Formats: sequence, structure tokens, C-alpha cells
Amino acid sequence: MSVSPPSLAPASRARLGTHTSPAIEARGLRRTFGPTVAVEALDLTVERGEIYGFLGPNGAGKSTSVRMLCTLLRPTSGHARVAGFDVVHDTTQVRLRVGVALQEAALDAGQSGRELLELQARLFALPGSLARRRIAELIELVDLGDAIDRRVGTYSGGMRRRLDLALALVHEPEVIFLDEPTTGLDPVSRRQVWTEVRRLNEHDGVTIFLTTQYLEEADALAGRVGIISGGQLVVEGTPDELKRSVGRDVVVVTIDGEMAAAHEALRALDIVEHCEAVGDELVAAVASGPAAVPRIASALDGLPLTIREISVRRPSLDDVFLEVTGARLGASAGAVR
Amino acid sequence: MNASLDPAIVMPAPATDVADRLSRREARRAGLLRDLIVVARRAVRQVVREPAAIIPALVIPVFFFVVNVGALQKLAGAAGTTDYAAFQLPVAVISAVTGVSRANALVTDIATGYFERLLLTPVNRLALLLGLMVADLVVVAALCLPVLVLGALAGVSFATGPAGILAFVAVAAAWGVAYTGFPYAIALRTGSAAAVASSFILFFPLLFLTTAFVPKAALSGWLATVSDLNPMTYVLAALRSIVSDGWQAGPLLQGVAAIGIVGTISITLAFLALRGRLAGR
Repeated sequence: MSVSPPSLAPASRARLGTHTSPAIEARGLRRTFGPTVAVEALDLTVERGEIYGFLGPNGAGKSTSVRMLCTLLRPTSGHARVAGFDVVHDTTQVRLRVGVALQEAALDAGQSGRELLELQARLFALPGSLARRRIAELIELVDLGDAIDRRVGTYSGGMRRRLDLALALVHEPEVIFLDEPTTGLDPVSRRQVWTEVRRLNEHDGVTIFLTTQYLEEADALAGRVGIISGGQLVVEGTPDELKRSVGRDVVVVTIDGEMAAAHEALRALDIVEHCEAVGDELVAAVASGPAAVPRIASALDGLPLTIREISVRRPSLDDVFLEVTGARLGASAGAVR
Repeated sequence: MNASLDPAIVMPAPATDVADRLSRREARRAGLLRDLIVVARRAVRQVVREPAAIIPALVIPVFFFVVNVGALQKLAGAAGTTDYAAFQLPVAVISAVTGVSRANALVTDIATGYFERLLLTPVNRLALLLGLMVADLVVVAALCLPVLVLGALAGVSFATGPAGILAFVAVAAAWGVAYTGFPYAIALRTGSAAAVASSFILFFPLLFLTTAFVPKAALSGWLATVSDLNPMTYVLAALRSIVSDGWQAGPLLQGVAAIGIVGTISITLAFLALRGRLAGR
């Protein structure tokens, strides 16, 4: 389950994108801002037709990676090809083939939704009849109805996000980058975005690169997930592979008292595959939760602490995250707000 | 986009819906001219929707004109300037068109991320700035009209006739656009609306250390020297010659040259700032 990138495309394919090349291919992609290393050395391959979930906390390097892959930011070193084209040398070819919805909906509040869609269609030189048909489809798709002729300044957050997504789709991109597409959205809007992402992938065959802080989102949508931490891709696989790697069960023990000693005691148990301490919780990966609970309880017996709760559950992506980074993704992780 | 580079054309696409869709790819670069029109249209639409942004450009010239003519007409008459309203009309038009730009809208685009949304399209990067300047040209030309009405009300007539009125608007509008490079350079360098507003300060020495109030012959000492070096002196002289003296090549050419020099400097600064903002992308 370690990151093992396939070999780079041969030089003969250097300038010409092909529909058989991976949708996204990054090798040693690095970006620094002064002394700060935002992305360390990203190796990544996303095949065409995939939904790839790029998971990590704030500041992990998700957005910087996306900005490099969609030509907004030049890598300090390394290479990447998107839709078969180099993100530094063939920027126009990349831009013609990718759609991007960044974290904040980037809109002009003084124009109507339709005007922004038309402007986008013109900049991609779509012929008039095609542009009109495409815009009508998108208005339907993102469910903006009559609001499309109102100024964007009057839109709610969810409407703005949906219009932003529509703008990213005007030119029928092959690869779509969605940078935290549902952050700050209400549950209903979030589900709408999920439905649309699935439809684009299944119906139109669009490759989707999705960054998210929400484990549930990656779990629900992504065929494969990569976890980025400290500017590096630390683990990659299908959600099931990743969860299985943690163990078949997870035992969570909440305690009051001496955490370090308790952590030590659990790590010493042969049935515990991994154990991490987070706040007042010990999270132990085991082969069988019900069998492990009595042994864990007795290992803690006699230590200067009180057990408040012991629970057993299936591993989540959050447990994967905890294991590879030593930290939880955040209190809000996985919750549909 | 070079069609021969289109993979859909050189590669046989697999017979799937997806490949079929990709092979029908219609998106391409629109080209500089079409990009320019798209950017300019949006910018003009913004001005029409937010007229408050150009209200100062409507009020300030009226203020200057009324106050200057009211206060100085007799004095100027005594000094030999017979038609002071005609002498002041160029000052009014210059104060209408100078500093009018879409730089604040550009700052807003940078702040909201819409500028990046545009950068994600294949739009020609030069069009992002040139399109705004085309819109500025339309706006400043329109701003000349109320000044012309003001002049007509004050009894100013053009020695060069109707063609002279067009030339007057053309010179004033060219000056207005030549000046826009400064606020755009500041907008692109700083992304700050306050900094853009401060670019107006440049305008004061340009307008006051020149022949705005009295003819060149009446200036003395250091002010005469400074006004000789001030490009605005030549722009005002060109406009005044159109209004009062008839067609005269000398002042017209000098005025156009002054606009050319200022425009070259300011627009160079603006494009350097654009390049700076795009560097690293």
C-alpha cells in the first residue's frame, strides 16, 4: 500500500496528449514559498475515469498541489502532466481540458449567473449554438432556475458554489479539480454536489480530482484516496484497502489519568497491531475487537487511571489518517454539517 | 489551437461515449481580439451597473470649471486671455478623464478569485489588461460629453468646427487611457484598493504644476521650468489649440507625443506588473 508510482510516460509522448495517458501524472512535484515547503515531492498517478480523493488537513499542501496541477502555480521543481499535457509547457492545452472549482467560489457579484456562463463559453470559443445549448444544460444541472438571470451578489453560499461548478464545466473538461467543494455547505447542498460529482464521473466519464478534509466525503465518492501530510503523499489506496491496513477492528478507550503509561501498556500487548494516543483517547487497531476488549481492560488495570469508556468499531479513514500522520483530521472530520 | 496537435484527430478514438465526447472537443483559444472584446464588454457592463464609480469624474470637472472661470475670468481678461471659459475647458476635460480606470474592479477580481477563474481559461493574458483599457477608452470618451455640454452652456465654440470636437475628445480620451497604466500597475502589484486610490495623487502635480490656470507666458521662476517638463502642459496646449486657434500641427503633435511618452511609461509599468503577478504561475 506504499506509494509506488508507475514509470513516467516515454519521451516520444512528450508534447502530445493522448486519451490513453493517465489523467494526472505528477513526479517529484515540489513547491516552496520562500523558506516554506508547501509540497515536498508529490508522486501521483490518476487514471482516466477515476474519482481520486486527496485528503489532508488545512495546510497539508492540498490546495498548492491542485494549483500546480491546474496551471495556476508553477512548480518549483518536478513535472506533472494533466490530460496528457505538461502543466508548465503546455498550459493552454491543459486549460482547455481541465475544469476547476477552487475552495472559494470565484465569481463576479455584479454580473448574473448567465452572463458569467456566457463569458466563460466565449473565452473557450464555443460556437454560439453549442454555447447556448451547453449553458441551458448547466442551468438545469446546477438547479439555478430563474436565479440564473439575477446578479450573483444575491445568491446564497450553496447557489454560488453550484454556479462556480457550472463555470468549471462549460467547456466539457476531461479532468475536473474540485478543491474542497463542499466545505461550508449545508447538508442538502453537500449531497447535491456529491450527486453531481458521481453523475459527471459515471455518465460523462470525467476524471475527478477532489480534495477534502471530510473523510466521509472521500469515503463516499472516491475510488482511490491519497493522504497528504506535511506536503507529502503518505499513503494511497482504495478506501477499503486503507481501512483494512489499519486492522479489522478498532478499540477506542477513553480514560482519565496517566495517558503515557496507558499508551505504553497497550503497545506492549501482542494483540494490538498499532496504538495511537489522541487527547484522552487511545485508539488501538486489533484483529478482533470483542476478543481484545477484556485483555485491554486488564492491561490497564492497576494503572493510575479511570476507564470512562471502551468501544469497538470498524476502522474509518480517520483511523488510517491517524495511523499515518499521528493526528486526527479534525473534530469536524467525517461529520456532515 | 493547432488542429494537427489535437489528439482526437491524430489518434483513433476508442468507440466509447467518452472518447466520442472528447473527440468532439469544441473548446479552443478564442484569440486576442475576441478575448479583448469579451473582457471589455464585461468591464463596460460593470461601469453601467455601478455608475457611482464614475460620479467623481462627472462632478470634479464641473466644479473646477465653474470655480476657475468664476474666480479667475476677470483676472485672466486683464492679463490678455479673452475667452477664459475656452481656456478652462481643456482643464475640465482632463480632470474628467484622468484616473478613470477599472483598476478597482481589477482589485476586486483579484480579491474574490475571479481573476484566477479567468486565468484558468485559455484567455490571452494581454487581453486581461488590454480589454480593460479598451473599456476605459469607451468610458473616458463618454465622460467628455458632459464637459462638451458644459462648454456649450458657457458659450465656448470650437475654432476647428465639428471635426475639432472629435479631435478634442480623441486627444482627451487618449490621455485618459495613457494614464490608466499607473492605477493598473498599482492594482496588479499590490492588489489593494487603497493603494489604487492613492494613484490619484499623481494627478495633482501633473495638473497644478502646469498651465492649468494661466498661459505659459504668465508662469515664472521654477513653475515655468517645471511646466516645461510636465507632459500635461503639452496636452493642455494641444486641446486649447483645437478649441481656440484652429488646426495647428505644432501643438497637436507635441500633445500627441506627450501622451505617447506618458502612455508608454504607464502601460509598460502595468504590463510589467501583470507579468510579475503571473510569474510563478
